[in-house]
Amino acid sequence: MDFLPMLIQIFSWVFIVLGSCLMVIGAAGMLRFADFWARLHAASVIESGGMIFLLLGMCLQANDWLIFFKLAFIGLFLFITGPAATHAVAKAALSDQSRKNSTKSAIK
Amino acid sequence: MRSLFISFVLLSLTWLLLSGVYKGLIMGLGLLSVLLTIYFVRRMDKIDGYTIDFSINIFKLLGYFFWLLMEIAKSNIEVVKAIIKGDNHINKKMFFISTSQRSDLGKVIFANSITLTPGTISINLENNQLCVHALNFNEASTKGLEEMDRRVKNIESGS
Repeated sequence: MDFLPMLIQIFSWVFIVLGSCLMVIGAAGMLRFADFWARLHAASVIESGGMIFLLLGMCLQANDWLIFFKLAFIGLFLFITGPAATHAVAKAALSDQSRKNSTKSAIK
Repeated sequence: MRSLFISFVLLSLTWLLLSGVYKGLIMGLGLLSVLLTIYFVRRMDKIDGYTIDFSINIFKLLGYFFWLLMEIAKSNIEVVKAIIKGDNHINKKMFFISTSQRSDLGKVIFANSITLTPGTISINLENNQLCVHALNFNEASTKGLEEMDRRVKNIESGS
C-alpha cells in the first residue's frame, strides 16, 4: 500500500468518525436540554460541525471528481439553507411566544 | 447581453458537473434545459424586476469563509462542552447587536454566519438591529459578534 492513499484513508476516517461523534453529541444535547432555545443550539452542532466533517470525510473517500463536486455542492447548499431553516424555526417560536404575551420570559 | 452569457456558462458548468453522462442525447437535453431556464428567468424578471445588489468582493469572501470555518470549529467545541456539562451550567440570553453592512446581501451573510456558528442564533432584524439568542452568554460573545460584523462589512466592495 502506498503512503499517500493510506494517509488519505486515515484522514478520511478520522473526519468521518469525528463528524459522527458530533452528530451523536448534538442529538444527545437535543434530548438533554430542557428549553426550546437550548435545544436549537444543540441542533446547530449537527448541521455545522457534523455536516462539515462528514462531507470532508466523504470527499476524501470519493475516487471520482464528479462525486467530489456533488458533495461540495451539497455542502454549499447546506451552508445557505441550514441557517435559513434554523432562523425560520427560531422566528416562528419568537412570534408564537409574543402571541402568548410571554416574551419577557425569553428576554431576561 | 453579458449577464446572459455569464448565466449560460454558469448553468452549463453546473449541469456538466452534476450530470456525469456525456452522451449526445443527454447533452442535448441538458443544453435544452439550460436554455429553457434562462428563458424562464428572463420572463419572470419582466414580472418581478427586483434586483439584488451583489456588491461583494469574491476574494475577500473566500478569506472570510476560512475565518468563519475557524470560528465554527471554536464554537462547536464550546457547545459540545456545554452539552456535556448539562442544563445547569448555561447562561441563555437574548440580546441585540447592531449591523453596519450597507447591502441586504451583507446583512444576510452576517445573520447567516451568526446562525451557522453553534451557540448563537439570529432571530430578527429590525432597523439594523439584529436580535440574537446565545446559549452561553458572556462578554466575549458580544465582542466576537462585533468582530464578525466588521469582517462582513469589510468584504463588501465599494464604499
